[in-house]
Amino acid sequence: MNKEKYLSDIHDIKEIMDRSSRFISLSGLSGVSAGIIALFGAYFAYLFIYQESEYFDYKMVGIDETSMFNLFILAGVVLLLSLGSGIFFTSLKAGKNKQKIWDRNSKRLLSNLMIPLATGGVLCLIFLSRGYVGILAPLTLIFYGLALVNASKYTLNEIRSLGILEIVLGLMAMYFIGYGLLFWAIGFGVLHIIYGIIMHMRYGS
Amino acid sequence: MKQKLKDLNKAFENKLRLGIMSALMVNDHLDFNSLKDLLGATDGNLASHLKTLEKEAYVSYSKEFLERKPNTKYSVTPAGRQAFLKHLKAIENLLK
Repeated sequence: MNKEKYLSDIHDIKEIMDRSSRFISLSGLSGVSAGIIALFGAYFAYLFIYQESEYFDYKMVGIDETSMFNLFILAGVVLLLSLGSGIFFTSLKAGKNKQKIWDRNSKRLLSNLMIPLATGGVLCLIFLSRGYVGILAPLTLIFYGLALVNASKYTLNEIRSLGILEIVLGLMAMYFIGYGLLFWAIGFGVLHIIYGIIMHMRYGS
Repeated sequence: MKQKLKDLNKAFENKLRLGIMSALMVNDHLDFNSLKDLLGATDGNLASHLKTLEKEAYVSYSKEFLERKPNTKYSVTPAGRQAFLKHLKAIENLLK
Protein backbone atom coordinates (compact mmCIF):
# COMPACT_ATOMS: atom_id res chain seq x y z
CA MET A 1 0.00 0.00 0.00
CA ASN A 2 1.49 3.36 -0.90
CA LYS A 3 0.98 5.15 2.34
CA GLU A 4 3.18 7.93 1.16
CA LYS A 5 0.79 9.02 -1.54
CA TYR A 6 -2.00 9.38 1.01
CA LEU A 7 0.22 11.19 3.47
CA SER A 8 1.11 13.65 0.76
CA ASP A 9 -2.60 13.93 -0.15
CA ILE A 10 -3.46 14.83 3.44
CA HIS A 11 -0.66 17.36 3.47
CA ASP A 12 -1.91 18.93 0.22
CA ILE A 13 -5.50 19.07 1.46
CA LYS A 14 -4.48 20.87 4.63
CA GLU A 15 -2.18 23.22 2.78
CA ILE A 16 -4.80 24.18 0.19
CA MET A 17 -7.49 24.63 2.84
CA ASP A 18 -5.19 27.00 4.74
CA ARG A 19 -3.99 28.87 1.70
CA SER A 20 -7.50 29.33 0.29
CA SER A 21 -9.19 30.51 3.46
CA ARG A 22 -6.55 32.21 5.59
CA PHE A 23 -3.97 34.87 5.13
CA ILE A 24 -0.90 32.91 6.20
CA SER A 25 1.80 35.31 5.05
CA LEU A 26 1.71 37.45 8.15
CA SER A 27 5.38 37.93 8.91
CA GLY A 28 6.82 37.52 12.40
CA LEU A 29 9.37 40.21 11.63
CA SER A 30 6.59 42.75 11.12
CA GLY A 31 5.48 42.01 14.69
CA VAL A 32 9.01 42.52 16.00
CA SER A 33 9.44 45.80 14.12
CA ALA A 34 6.01 47.09 15.20
CA GLY A 35 6.92 46.20 18.80
CA ILE A 36 10.22 48.08 18.69
CA ILE A 37 8.57 51.12 17.10
CA ALA A 38 5.85 51.04 19.78
CA LEU A 39 8.47 50.95 22.55
CA PHE A 40 10.21 54.02 21.09
CA GLY A 41 6.81 55.67 20.74
CA ALA A 42 5.97 54.94 24.36
CA TYR A 43 9.30 56.35 25.48
CA PHE A 44 8.76 59.62 23.59
CA ALA A 45 5.18 59.81 24.85
CA TYR A 46 6.55 59.43 28.37
CA LEU A 47 8.88 62.39 27.76
CA PHE A 48 6.07 64.51 26.33
CA ILE A 49 3.61 63.76 29.09
CA TYR A 50 5.81 63.92 32.14
CA GLN A 51 8.40 66.54 31.22
CA GLU A 52 6.70 69.56 32.75
CA SER A 53 5.92 67.97 36.06
CA GLU A 54 9.39 67.04 37.19
CA TYR A 55 9.30 69.71 39.87
CA PHE A 56 6.83 67.72 41.85
CA ASP A 57 7.75 64.86 44.09
CA TYR A 58 5.42 62.57 42.24
CA LYS A 59 4.85 62.41 38.54
CA MET A 60 1.71 64.14 37.47
CA VAL A 61 0.17 63.57 34.12
CA GLY A 62 0.04 66.97 32.57
CA ILE A 63 -1.24 67.23 29.07
CA ASP A 64 -1.57 70.75 27.73
CA GLU A 65 -2.26 71.73 24.15
CA THR A 66 1.35 71.55 22.94
CA SER A 67 2.02 68.12 24.33
CA MET A 68 -1.38 67.01 23.06
CA PHE A 69 -0.33 68.16 19.58
CA ASN A 70 3.02 66.38 19.98
CA LEU A 71 1.25 63.20 21.07
CA PHE A 72 -1.01 63.31 18.03
CA ILE A 73 1.97 63.66 15.71
CA LEU A 74 3.78 60.89 17.61
CA ALA A 75 0.78 58.55 17.39
CA GLY A 76 0.55 59.21 13.67
CA VAL A 77 4.26 58.54 13.12
CA VAL A 78 4.16 55.32 15.18
CA LEU A 79 1.10 54.11 13.28
CA LEU A 80 2.59 54.88 9.86
CA LEU A 81 5.97 53.32 10.67
CA SER A 82 4.49 50.11 12.07
CA LEU A 83 2.01 49.79 9.20
CA GLY A 84 4.78 50.47 6.71
CA SER A 85 7.18 47.92 8.17
CA GLY A 86 4.33 45.41 8.58
CA ILE A 87 3.33 45.72 4.95
CA PHE A 88 6.97 45.54 3.87
CA PHE A 89 7.84 42.30 5.73
CA THR A 90 4.49 40.72 4.96
CA SER A 91 4.75 41.38 1.24
CA LEU A 92 8.24 39.84 1.26
CA LYS A 93 6.80 36.73 2.86
CA ALA A 94 3.75 36.66 0.62
CA GLY A 95 6.10 36.64 -2.34
CA LYS A 96 7.82 33.57 -0.96
CA ASN A 97 4.48 31.85 -0.20
CA LYS A 98 3.27 32.68 -3.71
CA GLN A 99 0.32 34.40 -2.08
CA LYS A 100 -0.77 37.84 -3.20
CA ILE A 101 -0.66 40.44 -0.45
CA TRP A 102 -3.92 42.00 -1.61
CA ASP A 103 -6.30 39.13 -2.26
CA ARG A 104 -9.62 37.85 -0.96
CA ASN A 105 -8.01 36.54 2.22
CA SER A 106 -6.14 39.68 3.18
CA LYS A 107 -9.23 41.79 2.43
CA ARG A 108 -11.33 39.57 4.66
CA LEU A 109 -8.66 39.69 7.38
CA LEU A 110 -8.44 43.47 7.19
CA SER A 111 -12.19 44.12 7.18
CA ASN A 112 -12.67 41.89 10.22
CA LEU A 113 -9.79 43.64 11.94
CA MET A 114 -11.04 47.11 11.10
CA ILE A 115 -14.59 46.84 12.46
CA PRO A 116 -13.66 46.63 16.18
CA LEU A 117 -10.54 48.72 15.63
CA ALA A 118 -12.36 51.64 13.98
CA THR A 119 -15.10 51.48 16.63
CA GLY A 120 -12.44 51.73 19.34
CA GLY A 121 -10.66 54.52 17.50
CA VAL A 122 -13.80 56.65 17.19
CA LEU A 123 -14.71 55.94 20.82
CA CYS A 124 -11.23 57.04 21.91
CA LEU A 125 -11.54 60.29 19.96
CA ILE A 126 -14.91 60.97 21.61
CA PHE A 127 -13.43 60.38 25.07
CA LEU A 128 -10.42 62.48 24.17
CA SER A 129 -12.65 65.37 23.11
CA ARG A 130 -14.36 65.14 26.49
CA GLY A 131 -10.97 65.24 28.23
CA TYR A 132 -10.82 61.64 29.48
CA VAL A 133 -7.15 61.11 28.67
CA GLY A 134 -6.49 58.40 31.24
CA ILE A 135 -8.66 55.71 29.70
CA LEU A 136 -7.22 56.00 26.20
CA ALA A 137 -4.38 53.52 26.73
CA PRO A 138 -6.65 50.83 28.23
CA LEU A 139 -9.29 51.38 25.55
CA THR A 140 -6.84 51.11 22.66
CA LEU A 141 -5.50 47.87 24.16
CA ILE A 142 -8.98 46.39 24.66
CA PHE A 143 -10.27 47.24 21.20
CA TYR A 144 -7.03 46.15 19.54
CA GLY A 145 -7.36 42.83 21.37
CA LEU A 146 -10.98 42.42 20.30
CA ALA A 147 -9.99 43.23 16.72
CA LEU A 148 -7.25 40.57 16.80
CA VAL A 149 -9.56 37.90 18.23
CA ASN A 150 -12.13 38.73 15.56
CA ALA A 151 -9.60 38.65 12.73
CA SER A 152 -7.75 35.56 13.96
CA LYS A 153 -10.18 33.24 12.14
CA TYR A 154 -8.71 34.46 8.89
CA THR A 155 -5.02 34.20 9.66
CA LEU A 156 -2.49 32.33 11.79
CA ASN A 157 -3.93 30.82 14.98
CA GLU A 158 -1.48 32.58 17.31
CA ILE A 159 -3.21 35.90 16.67
CA ARG A 160 -6.15 34.77 18.79
CA SER A 161 -4.16 34.32 22.00
CA LEU A 162 -2.28 37.56 21.31
CA GLY A 163 -5.67 39.28 21.14
CA ILE A 164 -6.83 37.74 24.41
CA LEU A 165 -3.63 38.87 26.15
CA GLU A 166 -4.13 42.42 24.83
CA ILE A 167 -7.68 42.44 26.21
CA VAL A 168 -6.48 41.25 29.63
CA LEU A 169 -3.74 43.90 29.66
CA GLY A 170 -6.30 46.52 28.66
CA LEU A 171 -8.63 45.57 31.51
CA MET A 172 -5.72 45.64 33.96
CA ALA A 173 -4.70 49.05 32.63
CA MET A 174 -8.27 50.23 33.16
CA TYR A 175 -8.07 49.12 36.79
CA PHE A 176 -4.58 50.51 37.46
CA ILE A 177 -5.53 53.66 35.67
CA GLY A 178 -2.33 55.67 36.28
CA TYR A 179 -0.08 53.12 34.61
CA GLY A 180 -1.69 53.27 31.19
CA LEU A 181 1.49 54.02 29.31
CA LEU A 182 3.33 51.13 30.98
CA PHE A 183 0.60 48.64 30.02
CA TRP A 184 0.46 50.17 26.59
CA ALA A 185 4.21 49.63 26.16
CA ILE A 186 3.86 46.00 27.30
CA GLY A 187 0.87 45.32 25.05
CA PHE A 188 1.99 47.04 21.87
CA GLY A 189 5.73 46.75 22.40
CA VAL A 190 6.79 43.68 24.37
CA LEU A 191 3.95 41.35 23.30
CA HIS A 192 4.43 42.17 19.63
CA ILE A 193 8.13 41.43 19.89
CA ILE A 194 7.57 38.11 21.72
CA TYR A 195 4.82 36.97 19.33
CA GLY A 196 6.83 38.17 16.36
CA ILE A 197 9.78 36.03 17.43
CA ILE A 198 7.57 32.98 18.06
CA MET A 199 5.88 33.31 14.69
CA HIS A 200 9.18 33.93 12.96
CA MET A 201 10.55 30.71 14.43
CA ARG A 202 7.42 28.69 13.62
CA TYR A 203 6.68 29.90 10.13
CA GLY A 204 9.80 31.70 8.95
CA SER A 205 9.63 35.15 7.47
CA MET B 1 -8.27 -4.06 3.85
CA LYS B 2 -10.64 -4.46 0.92
CA GLN B 3 -13.37 -2.74 2.86
CA LYS B 4 -11.04 0.13 3.57
CA LEU B 5 -10.05 0.54 -0.06
CA LYS B 6 -13.66 0.48 -1.16
CA ASP B 7 -14.39 3.73 0.65
CA LEU B 8 -11.72 5.61 -1.27
CA ASN B 9 -13.26 7.69 -3.98
CA LYS B 10 -11.82 7.47 -7.50
CA ALA B 11 -13.01 11.01 -8.20
CA PHE B 12 -10.57 12.35 -5.63
CA GLU B 13 -7.55 10.30 -6.64
CA ASN B 14 -6.39 13.05 -8.97
CA LYS B 15 -4.27 15.80 -7.34
CA LEU B 16 -6.07 18.67 -9.02
CA ARG B 17 -9.54 17.35 -8.20
CA LEU B 18 -8.43 16.79 -4.62
CA GLY B 19 -7.20 20.40 -4.60
CA ILE B 20 -10.45 21.77 -6.00
CA MET B 21 -12.48 19.90 -3.39
CA SER B 22 -10.17 20.97 -0.52
CA ALA B 23 -10.50 24.62 -1.49
CA LEU B 24 -14.27 24.48 -1.95
CA MET B 25 -14.77 22.68 1.38
CA VAL B 26 -13.56 25.72 3.33
CA ASN B 27 -15.00 28.45 1.09
CA ASP B 28 -18.66 29.16 0.35
CA HIS B 29 -17.73 29.62 -3.28
CA LEU B 30 -14.70 30.42 -5.41
CA ASP B 31 -14.59 31.73 -8.95
CA PHE B 32 -12.66 30.13 -11.76
CA ASN B 33 -9.71 32.50 -11.59
CA SER B 34 -9.23 32.22 -7.82
CA LEU B 35 -9.18 28.45 -8.20
CA LYS B 36 -6.69 28.76 -11.03
CA ASP B 37 -4.36 31.02 -8.99
CA LEU B 38 -4.71 28.88 -5.90
CA LEU B 39 -3.96 25.57 -7.56
CA GLY B 40 -1.56 26.82 -10.21
CA ALA B 41 -3.49 25.02 -12.94
CA THR B 42 -3.96 25.86 -16.60
CA ASP B 43 -7.40 26.93 -17.91
CA GLY B 44 -7.99 23.74 -19.85
CA ASN B 45 -6.81 21.39 -17.15
CA LEU B 46 -8.86 23.07 -14.43
CA ALA B 47 -11.97 23.23 -16.63
CA SER B 48 -11.83 19.54 -17.49
CA HIS B 49 -11.40 18.44 -13.87
CA LEU B 50 -14.19 20.77 -12.76
CA LYS B 51 -16.36 19.14 -15.42
CA THR B 52 -15.58 15.69 -14.01
CA LEU B 53 -16.60 16.82 -10.54
CA GLU B 54 -19.76 18.43 -11.92
CA LYS B 55 -20.69 15.16 -13.60
CA GLU B 56 -20.41 13.39 -10.26
CA ALA B 57 -22.66 16.17 -8.86
CA TYR B 58 -19.99 17.01 -6.28
CA VAL B 59 -19.56 20.55 -7.51
CA SER B 60 -22.12 23.04 -8.73
CA TYR B 61 -21.68 26.42 -10.34
CA SER B 62 -23.60 29.60 -10.92
CA LYS B 63 -22.92 32.18 -13.56
CA GLU B 64 -23.30 35.86 -13.00
CA PHE B 65 -22.03 39.02 -14.60
CA LEU B 66 -19.42 41.18 -12.93
CA GLU B 67 -18.93 44.47 -14.78
CA ARG B 68 -20.36 42.81 -17.88
CA LYS B 69 -17.87 39.96 -17.73
CA PRO B 70 -19.17 36.49 -17.04
CA ASN B 71 -18.04 35.18 -13.68
CA THR B 72 -18.49 31.55 -12.75
CA LYS B 73 -18.71 30.70 -9.07
CA TYR B 74 -18.10 27.15 -8.02
CA SER B 75 -19.25 25.59 -4.79
CA VAL B 76 -19.37 22.12 -3.31
CA THR B 77 -22.74 20.32 -3.20
CA PRO B 78 -23.99 18.52 -0.06
CA ALA B 79 -23.32 15.23 -1.86
CA GLY B 80 -19.80 16.40 -2.66
CA ARG B 81 -19.17 17.39 0.94
CA GLN B 82 -20.35 14.00 2.15
CA ALA B 83 -18.29 12.12 -0.43
CA PHE B 84 -15.18 14.12 0.38
CA LEU B 85 -15.53 13.55 4.13
CA LYS B 86 -15.99 9.84 3.48
CA HIS B 87 -12.84 9.86 1.35
CA LEU B 88 -10.89 11.64 4.11
CA LYS B 89 -12.14 9.12 6.64
CA ALA B 90 -11.00 6.30 4.36
CA ILE B 91 -7.51 7.77 4.04
CA GLU B 92 -7.38 8.22 7.80
CA ASN B 93 -8.29 4.54 8.32
CA LEU B 94 -5.68 3.46 5.80
CA LEU B 95 -2.97 5.38 7.58
CA LYS B 96 -3.82 3.93 10.98
